[in-house]
Amino acid sequence: MSWLNHAVKNPIGAKAIMAVTGMMLTGFLVAHLSGNLLIFAGPQAINAYAEGLHKFPAVLWVARGGLLAAFVAHLYFAAYVTLGNRAARPQPYAFNNTVQATWASRHMVLTGLVMLAFIIFHLAHFTWRVTDPEIRAMGEFDVYQMAIHGFRQPAVAGSYLIAMAAIGLHLSHGIASIFQTLGLNHPRYNRSVRFVGPLLGVGIALLFASIPLSIYLGLVN
Amino acid sequence: MKLDAKIPSGPLESKWENHKFDLKLVSPANKRKFEIIVVGSGLAGGSAAATLAELGYNVKCFCFQDSPRRAHSIAAQGGINAAKNYRGDGDSIHRLFYDTIKGGDFRAREANVHRLAEVSGHIIDQCVAQGVPFAREYGGLLDNRSFGGAQVSRTFYARGQTGQQLLLGAYSALSRQIGAGQVKMFPKTEMLDLVLVDGKARGIVVRNLVTGAMESHAADAVILASGGYGNVFYLSTNAKGSNVTATYRAYKRGAAFANPCFTQIHPTCIPVKGDYQSKLTLMSESLRNDGRVWVPKTKGDKRAPADIPDSERDYYLERKYPSFGNLAPRDIASRSAKEACDAGQGVGESGFGVYLDFADSISRHGEDQIRARYGNLFDMYERITDENPYKMPMRIYPAVHYTMGGLWVDYNLMSTIPGLHVLGEANFSDHGANRLGASALMQGLADGYFVIPYTIANYLASSKLEKVTTSHESFKAAEDSCRKRVGQLLSINGSRTVDSFHRELGKIMWDKCGMARDRAGLQEALKAIPKLREEFWQNLKILGTNEEINQSLEKAGRVADFLEFGELMCLDAITREESCGGHFRTEHQTPDGEALRNDENFCHVAAWEHQGDATGPATGHKRHQEELVYEHVKLATRSYK
Amino acid sequence: MKLKLHVWRQKDKAAQGRMVTYDAENISPHMSFLEMLDVVNEGLITTGEDPIAFEHDCREGICGSCGVMVNGVAHGPQDATTTCQLHMRSFQDGEELYIEPWRAKGFPVLRDLVVDRSAFDRIIQAGGFISVNTGSAQDANAIPIRKAEADEAFNAAACIGCGACVAACKNASAMLFVSAKVGQLSLLPQGQPERQDRALNMVAAMQQEGFGNCTNQYECEAVCPKQISSDYIARLNREFIKATLTYPDAKK
Repeated sequence: MSWLNHAVKNPIGAKAIMAVTGMMLTGFLVAHLSGNLLIFAGPQAINAYAEGLHKFPAVLWVARGGLLAAFVAHLYFAAYVTLGNRAARPQPYAFNNTVQATWASRHMVLTGLVMLAFIIFHLAHFTWRVTDPEIRAMGEFDVYQMAIHGFRQPAVAGSYLIAMAAIGLHLSHGIASIFQTLGLNHPRYNRSVRFVGPLLGVGIALLFASIPLSIYLGLVN
Repeated sequence: MKLDAKIPSGPLESKWENHKFDLKLVSPANKRKFEIIVVGSGLAGGSAAATLAELGYNVKCFCFQDSPRRAHSIAAQGGINAAKNYRGDGDSIHRLFYDTIKGGDFRAREANVHRLAEVSGHIIDQCVAQGVPFAREYGGLLDNRSFGGAQVSRTFYARGQTGQQLLLGAYSALSRQIGAGQVKMFPKTEMLDLVLVDGKARGIVVRNLVTGAMESHAADAVILASGGYGNVFYLSTNAKGSNVTATYRAYKRGAAFANPCFTQIHPTCIPVKGDYQSKLTLMSESLRNDGRVWVPKTKGDKRAPADIPDSERDYYLERKYPSFGNLAPRDIASRSAKEACDAGQGVGESGFGVYLDFADSISRHGEDQIRARYGNLFDMYERITDENPYKMPMRIYPAVHYTMGGLWVDYNLMSTIPGLHVLGEANFSDHGANRLGASALMQGLADGYFVIPYTIANYLASSKLEKVTTSHESFKAAEDSCRKRVGQLLSINGSRTVDSFHRELGKIMWDKCGMARDRAGLQEALKAIPKLREEFWQNLKILGTNEEINQSLEKAGRVADFLEFGELMCLDAITREESCGGHFRTEHQTPDGEALRNDENFCHVAAWEHQGDATGPATGHKRHQEELVYEHVKLATRSYK
Repeated sequence: MKLKLHVWRQKDKAAQGRMVTYDAENISPHMSFLEMLDVVNEGLITTGEDPIAFEHDCREGICGSCGVMVNGVAHGPQDATTTCQLHMRSFQDGEELYIEPWRAKGFPVLRDLVVDRSAFDRIIQAGGFISVNTGSAQDANAIPIRKAEADEAFNAAACIGCGACVAACKNASAMLFVSAKVGQLSLLPQGQPERQDRALNMVAAMQQEGFGNCTNQYECEAVCPKQISSDYIARLNREFIKATLTYPDAKK
């Protein structure tokens, strides 16, 4: 274990863990997104998908366990890296300035925390169904109804949209960062990675956001 | 004072090999019993400290910069010579030897220069092994370019940053030894005095530049590799911190100072812009490979360079020296620029500038090719002058760059003080009266990597060295005198800043002891310098205390030494009644304005001995001579025509 | 030109520092930034105030001694330029400038604008070299190196160790500095035998010196006077991860 501890408790190891877990979490988001988009195919499609996910409970729990582990590790090392970074500059500059770092790259902690808050709310909202008695009253796999009901409320739709903005920003830096941190770069592809990464991040967020937005606007009934 | 150069007997080609065998050795087990002090961490000091530590000696290395990696060797741009003959263009050890002797205007020792040429190839091997990224050709082998004073391509280079890459190589070797505990490094520490015990160099007194603490360090031998004294001119291409203090203090303790008037004025520097100017920036000599030097034929021609047709331009180097053309040696190129400007043909606002024009090369090779060769230099030029050298010719003017003079050393690089060894630019040994381009890096590394490790062993093995600690009274006395001097500087409380004194001294030196010297001017300088020195000690203003970072105090100590040393330079210049290399006395020139040597009376090294107490002002300087014997080279009038 | 300067003044390592305001007058646009400070200092000395201490030596952009933050940008506003090569023509008449030292736990302030960068030396001492004793080298041309690799190694070797990357990094990370040396030596055949040790030991030394972690914001490459690319950081990451996974027993 001391080898493992040594391997990850350092500036590169910690970031590598964040990159790997970040990649897993992004993978989850992509899978989640592709399921969610079935909402545009109508109630049957998405409800069947939701039910289908629970056909093999063992697989589901292993996946959930993996996801949770990745999530916790991502958070833990985010804290490790952030605290280290804070300590590395005890005295701030009187005049702060930025030459080329993007807003997203400088606010990963903020967008990450927004996402964390959102995930808790999101689980409470749709998985544990404790925030809204009307959702509670719906069938466990009536995802379609839950979504329509939920996103018709401006506050709920609004908070989802804010969260999607945070996800978009977080991923727009995070995806390209995975390649840099793991050293998966090559002069031939670097430019594309730095361009496609943000595009992908924003794309994922926009597609996610399209659901509450179109429901709120009445485009999906 | 006896000057014994200790040149080994035998044929020139085998002197060094035989000598290495004759030198006594220190056994591996005994090496760890010896302490060696190295002052300076540039190419010479850094390479010496690293190599001696590799051999097992205990080394203490000192530098005034905040890291050994910042020594001014780092600023050398163009390259390093080596007789590898990778080009098959007729180079050989003998040719490098001959070019260097001739380039130095026959004022260097044959044996030293031959040794330099012999080890030159090993330097390249060593540096490549360390990971120095020399320029390469597409086949993967090392590239070469040509440099002034040579008709072969023997210069290895790393873009325009050769000095940096070589220094970082030496620094990495040094760092490895520091990490291993074999070298103890003292950055931000300046040597203020040399300590002798029983006539031998046994240690130094240093000032910690952060705390002001005065500390002594004892050793079995001391190596000075503290660089040159070009900053006596205030404006030079040297780093702001470069100074003469270490070598001048050694001089005052009894080491002979050789040929102090031999200074090199580099022909291609960016011209001075204003009074506030703090330093001059070199444009590498390698630029003369592709740039053509010219001035307008008509005096005071203020047209833009592009508007002056070719027929109205004077490509004076090509005209005067057709076989070497723009690659004439530095002293000649500099003097020709001065002549053109003095004749009123100079360009730029001040009239002290000549054009270095790349238009022909750009049209021949294309802008991309020129950018690949000199991109960083062109960028630097543009940053400083705000002019684009791809579009208009560079304006250049000579500036003080290197000092061939230095502490006198014998063939073993030992000064007249037993145990005090001097390496690199700080010694006088290999460049005679003029150094060829790309030879400084070669000499610094030759001394540090390949000469001193052998010769210092001989000294240590053959001397009786009693154990000495810093509690010895000589250390106490030296420390006290250093403290007293700092106290004096701080208590003057006058009204002029250090820089203003330095600037004034520099102007005297540049006007009277610069590119061209004459008796009358030197006499004026010899009057003006003591007067300025007197004012310095009465009217200097330094704020703050010793016990803190006090940059004015650091400067003041250095300027105080320059104020004494400048006088020695002028004295040397006025005594040497000839023109040779960088020393041009207007009284001694040929009808067409070339340097006129006086081999009958001055084919010797002038070695000066300090007179008077080491801690007080000099009561005089005594001149000694080491005759130069040329067995293999025929003294000839240097011709690059 | 006339400028208003806000300069960090701090007597020594232990002292509390503060920003102090000075007027800089009669500044020529042709002056370098350090020459401007020289002029200010000459004035301060005449009025009996301690001159501003700042680090400098070669003043031609290669020794790496100088470096200050000018309005929050390491080495000031001009690309690929050290403070000593920055000229006043980059500023407007009447401009207000905030001049601060590099700020990092690994670079404690010694006085005014002077910081202690010996941490960089210690990182190099941990492995930034090729262990070859003098005299043991083979002929230089016995090791042919493809030009592309040689050039890439050179681009990294251009590092002057000024510390601007650390100063500019929001996390005060020294990754660009470390990656430049690891990158240079890992690209060359001579550097192969110690490749893994070097990456592991230099990163460990960097961590020990208290520098932060890279969060891929690339402020470092933006201010690097030698324009060293953050691609070398990716290379370092790769070297380090590979070494960690395949080479657990680093030589210490």
